Amino acid sequence: MSIDLSQFIPSFLEESFEGLELMESELLNLKEGDNETIDSIFRAAHSIKGGAGTFGFVKVTEFTHLVETLLDEMRDGRREINSKDTEILLESVDCMRLLIEAARDDEEYDQDKVAQTTSRLAETLGDEPSSDSDNQSENMVAASNVCGYTINFIPEHSLAKTGNDPLFIFSALAELGQLTLSADCNDLPALVDIDPQELYLSWQLTLYTDADEAEIREIFEWVEDECLLEVVPIPDTSNTSQDIDVLASEEEPQSQSTTTKQESLVNTPKSSTETELAQDGKVEDENIPAKAKAKADVGSIRVGVDKIDNLINLVGELVITQSMLSELGNDFDMDKVDRLTSGLEQLLQNTKELQESVMRIRMLPISFAFNRFPRLVHDLAIKTGKKMELVIKGEQTELDKTVMEQIGDPLVHLVRNAADHGIESCEVRLAKGKPEKGTISLDAYHQGGNIVIEIKDDGAGIDREIVLAKAVEKGLIDVNAILTESQVYDLLFEPGFSTAAEVTDISGRGVGMDVVKRNIQSLGGRIQVESTLGKGSCFKVHLPLTLAILDGQLVKVGSETYIIPLIAIVESLQIDNKLINRVSGDMVLYRLRDDNVPILPIYQLFNLATKCTEIDKALLVVVEADGQKIGLMVDDLLAQQQVVIKSLKDNYQQVAGISGATILGDGSVAMILDIPGIIHMALAQAQHAQREKTDGNASVTAEVCL
Amino acid sequence: MNIQAMAQDIPVEGEHTMEGVDFITSGDQYLTFLLAQEQYAVDILCVEEIRSWEQPTKIPNAPSYIKGVINMRGIIVPIVDLRLKFSIGEASYLDTTVVIVLTYHNEGNSRTIGFVVDAVSDVLNVDNADIKPAPAFGGCVGPQYIEGLINSENKVVTILNVAHLQKVEQHRLHS
Repeated sequence: MSIDLSQFIPSFLEESFEGLELMESELLNLKEGDNETIDSIFRAAHSIKGGAGTFGFVKVTEFTHLVETLLDEMRDGRREINSKDTEILLESVDCMRLLIEAARDDEEYDQDKVAQTTSRLAETLGDEPSSDSDNQSENMVAASNVCGYTINFIPEHSLAKTGNDPLFIFSALAELGQLTLSADCNDLPALVDIDPQELYLSWQLTLYTDADEAEIREIFEWVEDECLLEVVPIPDTSNTSQDIDVLASEEEPQSQSTTTKQESLVNTPKSSTETELAQDGKVEDENIPAKAKAKADVGSIRVGVDKIDNLINLVGELVITQSMLSELGNDFDMDKVDRLTSGLEQLLQNTKELQESVMRIRMLPISFAFNRFPRLVHDLAIKTGKKMELVIKGEQTELDKTVMEQIGDPLVHLVRNAADHGIESCEVRLAKGKPEKGTISLDAYHQGGNIVIEIKDDGAGIDREIVLAKAVEKGLIDVNAILTESQVYDLLFEPGFSTAAEVTDISGRGVGMDVVKRNIQSLGGRIQVESTLGKGSCFKVHLPLTLAILDGQLVKVGSETYIIPLIAIVESLQIDNKLINRVSGDMVLYRLRDDNVPILPIYQLFNLATKCTEIDKALLVVVEADGQKIGLMVDDLLAQQQVVIKSLKDNYQQVAGISGATILGDGSVAMILDIPGIIHMALAQAQHAQREKTDGNASVTAEVCL
Repeated sequence: MNIQAMAQDIPVEGEHTMEGVDFITSGDQYLTFLLAQEQYAVDILCVEEIRSWEQPTKIPNAPSYIKGVINMRGIIVPIVDLRLKFSIGEASYLDTTVVIVLTYHNEGNSRTIGFVVDAVSDVLNVDNADIKPAPAFGGCVGPQYIEGLINSENKVVTILNVAHLQKVEQHRLHS
C-alpha cells in the first residue's frame, strides 16, 4: 500500500505557518523562567521539524533541528533566557519561514541569510556557558570532529512484519551523507526453510556525514525496539572535514575487507531475498509523488465547526420548508393561501439566514492581520532605539478574507510611520513630560456597515505648518491657499510627499502614503486623519465589511438598468435648466452650489439608444472619485438595494467603465458602474475628441462607436 | 456444486448488451448545429446546456457579435452570436433560435460562453481518423477556429475548435 504523501503537504504548510506565527508571538512574550511558553515554542518547532522530515524538506529539518537544540537547552534550564538569544530565535523563525516557503514553491531561497543565521545559531550553541556535562551538547561538540559513523544494524527477524522496511531507513540515511553498506547473509536459512515474511539479514553501514548521532538515531526511531543498533563515530583523521570524498575512498578498502559484499545504496542489494526485490520497485514508486510538490497555492479558510453546524441546521430547515411548500402545491386550493403565505415567509427567513451564515464563513477575525504587528513594533523599537509598546484592541472583529489579505500592507505602512515619525525618542518624551515608553494602539470595530481600523500613537503629532510649507515647496498648493484641517492632512497622501526631517531606512521617503491611500480606495474604503500637535495622531481606515456585496442605486438608461455604488454618490438631483452652463466650446457644466460639475450622459458613453437625450428632462447623479466630481445623466432613478457582485472577468473580460455585474430580483443581469473608470474614460474621450478637432479631421463617423 | 461456474453465469455489471443503442461507440461525439444552411459541430463534452434565446443584458461598447450577458443559475455568461462573428446568414432571433452554452477547461481555469446558432440538429459519432483537414480556401470562418471536416451522409460538417472559440477577442473601447 503506498500513500501519496504529497496530498498532505498543503496542510503541513498551513500548520507550519501557524506554528511559526505562534513561535513568533510567544517569543515576543518570553520572560525569564516562563517554562510554559518555552514548551509551547519548542512543541511548535518540533512539529515543524517532524513534518518537514516526513515530507523530505531536508533544509527545513536541518535548520529547525538547530533551533530546537537551543530551545531544548532553554527548556532544561541549562541556558538563561536573554534578549540576545530571543533575537536569534526570532531571526531563526524568519529563516524557517523562508525555507518553508522555498520548499513550497520549489524555489531558491536567500542562502546568505540562512547561512548567517545558521552560523549565529551554531555560535550561540557553541559558546554554551553552562558547565554541566550533558550528552547532547557533548554530541554537538563532538560532531564537529567526527566525519562519520559505522552503524551495526541487526534487526529482529520479525521486523518486516511490523511494516518497517530497512530500505526506507537506508534511503533516509543516504540523504544525510555518503552511505555504504554491506549485508550479512549468514543468518539466511536454506531455501526450503525460508519464511518469506521474515527478515534474515543484518547490515553494517558506513555513513560519512556531518550530521550528529542523534539525527541518525532518530531515523531508526521506529525500529529501535526491534533491533540491535550500534552507532560508533569515526574520528576525523584528515585536516579538513570537507574532504569527505577523499576520506571515503581511503576508508572504502578497509571496510570492504571486513565485509562479504558491499554495494552503494544506489544499486540497492539485489542479492537478498525476493521480498527485497519487490520492495525495491516500491521505493521508486513512492519517491515520485513526494517530489511532485503542490505548487498551486489554493487559498483555503479554516472554518469553525460551530459555523458549519449552524449552516447545516439552516440547510435542514430550508429542506423542510421546501417539502412543506411542494406538498402545499400538490393540490392547492384557495383555502390554503394563508399557509402558503406563511410558508413563503419562512422561506424568506431561511434564505436570509443562510446567506448571512455563508457570508460569515468568509469572515475571519482581524487578529490574522494584526498578528504580525507585535513583531514589527518590537523590531522597529530596536532599529530606532526608541521605547514603544503596541496595544491591540478589537482583534476579534471579523472581516472578509479578501479585504484582510489586501489591508495588511497598508497597515504595516501606517504602523511603521507611527513608530518612525510619530513616537519621539526617550529624551524628547521625558522632556515633554510624557512617559518614556511610547504607545501605538491598533483598534478595530464595526461602525454601520463598515469596519474601522484605528492606528493611533501618542507621539509628536502632525505639524500642519510644516506640511503646508512642504506642500508649497513641492508646488502642490499655492502659497496663499487657505486649506481646512482635513485638506491639509490630505496632502500627506500626495505622491512624493514626506515631512520627515531625515530619511531613515524605515520610512520617510514619501513613497507609500499615496500607495496606502490608493490600496484602501481600491478596496472601496477611505482613510481619515486626526492629529493634535504634541499629543499624537490617529489614522482611521474605513473599510467595507465585504467585497462580495455592495449597496447600490439602480438607475435606468434607455432599456438598460445600471447600478451605481452608493458610496460614490454625492447627491442625485433634478436638473435645473438655469444652472447649466456651456463653456469653452462644447463642455456642459452644472453649477452645484460652488462647484461646477461636468455632465456626462451615460447613453453617449455607452452608445445606447434612449428617448431621454434632452439634458433638462433627465436626472443627474453626482458622483465623486479621486477627488473629481462628475454628473452622470440618467433617465430615471430606481430602487436602492444591496447587490451581490459577480465578476465579468471569469467568463468574459474586464469592460471599461464597468466594475462587475449582478443579478437582480427578476433574474436579469445588471452592470455595476465603475465610477473612477468612467471618469477616466470620459477624460480619454474628451482628449481624443480634442485631438480630432485640432487635426482638422472632421469625420464624425470615427466618433460614433459601433 | 461448482460455485465458480455459477459465478461465471452471473453477468457482470456494465456487460449488458444493449441492442439498438448506438451511443456507446469508439471515437468522439460531436453536437451538430446549423448556421444558415451550413452544418457545424462541437465536441459534445464541452456542451454545458442548450437554452432558448432570450434577450441578454448589453455590454457597453462591445463588438456587435457579443450580444451581452445572461444569468445562468448565478453565473454571468456572455453570449456570442456565431452568425455575426462568422458573417454567415442573417442574425434573426426566432423561436427556434437557440444558445449552446460551452464550457472549456484549461489548466484549472474554465470559461463558459453561450453561442447563438440557428438550430441544433444531431449528435455525430466520429472516429478520429475520419476527420479531414479543411482546405485552405478562404471562407468566412478563420482557419484557427476549424479543427477539421467530416462527411456525414452527403453533407460536410465543420468541426469547430472550442478552445479557440472561447478566446473572445480582446476588443478595445472605441473612444
